[in-house]
Amino acid sequence: MASTVIHLVLVALLPLLLLGVIGKTKALFAGRVGSPLLQPYHDLIKLLRKGSVFSTTTTWVFRAGPVVGLAATALATLLLPCGSRSAPIAFTGDLILFAYLLGLARFFTALAALDTGSSFEGMGAAREVTFACLAEPALFFGLLVTAKLSGHLSLSTMLVGPLPHGSQLGMAALVLVLVSWLIVLLAENARIPFDDPNTHLELTMIHEVMVLDHSGPALGMILYGAALKLFVFAALVVRLALPATDNVWAGWGMFTAGLLVVAVLVGVVESVMARLPLVHIPRLLVAACVLSALGLTLVVS
Amino acid sequence: MMALLLIAVVLIGASGAPGLLFERRSTFGQWLTTCLAVAGGSLGLAATALGLRPGEAPEIRAPWAIPGGEFHVALDGISAVFLLPIFLVSLLGSVYGLGYWKQAEHPDNGRQLRLFYGLLTAGMALLVIARNAILFLAAWEVMALAAFFLVATEDQEEAVRAAAWLYLAAAHAATLCLFALFALLRSATGSYALSVIGDGVLAPGIATAVFILAVVGFGLKAGIMPLHIWLPSSHANAPSHVSALLSGVIIKMGIYGLVRICSLLPAPPVWWGGLLLALGVISGVLGVAFAVGQHDLKRLLAYHSIENIGIIVMGLGLAMVGRSLGRVDWVVLGLGGALLHVWNHALFKSLLFLSAGSVIHAVHTREIDQLGGLAKAMPRTSLCFLIGAVAICGLPPLNGFVSELLIYLGLFRTLGIGGEVSWAGGAFAVPALALIGTLAVACFVKVYGAVFLGMARSEHVRDAHESGLTMIAPMAVLAFFCFLLGLAPALAAPMLDRAIGAWAGPSILSGMSLSALAPLGWISAAGVLLVAFLLCGAILLRGLLRGRVAEPTGTWDCGYAAPSPRMQYTASSFAQMLVGLFSWALWARTHAPRAQGFFPGPTHFHSEVPDTVLDRGVHPAAHWLAWLASWSRLVQQGSIQVYLVYIFVVLVVLLFWR
Repeated sequence: MASTVIHLVLVALLPLLLLGVIGKTKALFAGRVGSPLLQPYHDLIKLLRKGSVFSTTTTWVFRAGPVVGLAATALATLLLPCGSRSAPIAFTGDLILFAYLLGLARFFTALAALDTGSSFEGMGAAREVTFACLAEPALFFGLLVTAKLSGHLSLSTMLVGPLPHGSQLGMAALVLVLVSWLIVLLAENARIPFDDPNTHLELTMIHEVMVLDHSGPALGMILYGAALKLFVFAALVVRLALPATDNVWAGWGMFTAGLLVVAVLVGVVESVMARLPLVHIPRLLVAACVLSALGLTLVVS
Repeated sequence: MMALLLIAVVLIGASGAPGLLFERRSTFGQWLTTCLAVAGGSLGLAATALGLRPGEAPEIRAPWAIPGGEFHVALDGISAVFLLPIFLVSLLGSVYGLGYWKQAEHPDNGRQLRLFYGLLTAGMALLVIARNAILFLAAWEVMALAAFFLVATEDQEEAVRAAAWLYLAAAHAATLCLFALFALLRSATGSYALSVIGDGVLAPGIATAVFILAVVGFGLKAGIMPLHIWLPSSHANAPSHVSALLSGVIIKMGIYGLVRICSLLPAPPVWWGGLLLALGVISGVLGVAFAVGQHDLKRLLAYHSIENIGIIVMGLGLAMVGRSLGRVDWVVLGLGGALLHVWNHALFKSLLFLSAGSVIHAVHTREIDQLGGLAKAMPRTSLCFLIGAVAICGLPPLNGFVSELLIYLGLFRTLGIGGEVSWAGGAFAVPALALIGTLAVACFVKVYGAVFLGMARSEHVRDAHESGLTMIAPMAVLAFFCFLLGLAPALAAPMLDRAIGAWAGPSILSGMSLSALAPLGWISAAGVLLVAFLLCGAILLRGLLRGRVAEPTGTWDCGYAAPSPRMQYTASSFAQMLVGLFSWALWARTHAPRAQGFFPGPTHFHSEVPDTVLDRGVHPAAHWLAWLASWSRLVQQGSIQVYLVYIFVVLVVLLFWR
């Protein structure tokens, strides 16, 4: 019970901090002071108190986009084991529900973008669903590797870190999956090198351009939903990399520290790399697929 | 119970006959026909449900004058699983037809359509309960021919005739394979009865031949890639409630045949299941990839049928491998997932075709890029289509998710989880299934966005109107079942367990059941939780927005002052990147003019994705064959004198023989 409460508190508070950490890291690299760590919270509160403008073109689908995006991602966070050994909701096969909840969020976010009738938002939606097609197999190859190594089919018992699978082949496979999932994290969250969240050229954007027409509380929900999605993928990576521990507090501490490290890592990547040209993005995603597929061949052989 | 079932079959089969006695434009005939079809369908559903009560083993045997034939019908778990969608979709389709194909608007072919609609349903119902090969073939042929006449309903149009002929050719190629199949079985077992064949009765070569013939014959009907050539055009050109029946039920008869024959054959080698799994992956991935490239609403849905048949065949392949390697859990999850997907696909694909029909009825075009913004004019249709779209993408909390989850679980278990035996082939199908899921999401975002959202792209949409109750009500029923099976999949488990028992033999099953292997309770719980989350989010947004919504304005188009409907992203632009990624299979044709000179004239861009197998394989091969056959004209001159000379020469040769 206590671990569920901690889980919920963490899910509620931490995601926006990750955005703040990324921003601060980028500012440090650029030699700026940067906005405060807690700036995303201020942004969220400001957005929730604002009014909204809706286009005459839109229907109820436009308003459903942020709601479904947030609700589905929030449910997905409950399936992830965070600091404790088990997630609040854990059952055999929850990994499929996890992946498909993110799919549901993507479906409605992209529909909401098309509901505006703007060609820019159509472009963003098209890119989002296209790149997801290449990222999803990488995610599933990785899930297969962890399922094979752990012998379980629930995220809580699959993502137990490297220690229980002492074998060298298993370790090698886990490293491959880790790299692959980091690439998936960057792609799914529309970070550099896939997309630049700071760009102001609508023609080249993916996620940000899909939500151009949202404003006020709906945009706030989108902001929080996007932070949750970053949290979800960062948690996947952290749980894959960190060994599970029996000490509850050490578990939570290591998990939180791990998340912050991932956020810093994302910030570093954004500072030292440039965006890829749009036509090269599929190659990097296919490379991620091949890496984790290689991991799978290592463990099934 | 069997008698009741047969009465239902006869009632449906004859439902169109009284209509023939009435005036061409009389509405009384269509009501009478529909009432008979609805009564027959309800009776059939009830009889199927009653026949499955414990302790019942309904069977009727009667002598039949045809050599080798026997009127032998029986109801078991497998038959029942296929009977339910036959009766349900046909019943709802006939009601839908009242509004969609009014007798008064279609005096030329309305009566004919209703007649063959009933015959088709009766043929399929008889097919799945037949236990004699001759009876099976007779029912198969009734189904194939009735479907031909239904596809050819609007035979004044060139495209419709072409689609119907292609369908007929494919259907008879399938029948030819079945003749060979049953002849082989007859020569090996000595009877035409469709009963389990014991070990050692079939030589290994014969068993393999039977299996391959079943895969080709039934695969042609089911539309397994690359045998799917007839499917896109006939689905697109038939009236929509016929397309719903074609896609929802008829192609499942191919699956039924495959499931039935596989259950009769003893101990399959591993490669049979592997072959089915590979065919399933190919159909699934390429089916949805072709769908992404389509511009015709119904053709797009047709390619999604190929995709879903692929998912079903993947489940069946997994079950076959499980049978070969003695992993009962793979059998239960694979076949359970496949059969549940048969139901699910019947529900959501019929829903999608009926919704698409409602759109076409209102706007009179199937071109996706001509539509747009229909959600405002047709709110109910658009909601139904959305429910079908979420379901077909396999997203929670609807029914498609459950069957895909079962197949996923089975495939994950081939890694060696939950038992000693492992099989590496299964693991590589998992990412393929994930890819199918995301491609389906991409495709349905495209089609829903282009048809229902945004602004109207052409004049067709301006005077669109919502369809009447007779068309909306069947769609609502199907949508309700999509929710029901998604939120309470445990309701389906007992029936599926029975079918799995009938397929693998209860002794092999050793007490394993779907509800023990799959987290059906958790799926319900998670579904309910998701719905609760969605409601909370909606209420939250509503609360936050109260009193703070500004005056609506136009879409903010990045500073451009006068956006017009023509500037919207079209379905073809939306799909362009994906079509490019799959260009190795799709071979899209694009007509992209280059603007030249200082004042280039008006021009337009055009792209299409033809069917690679049909356009690059079958058509050239057919042309080549026709060319080859033209050489026979050297002897076949067609004039009677020449033939008389032939006869004379042959007589002379015979005279001097020896």
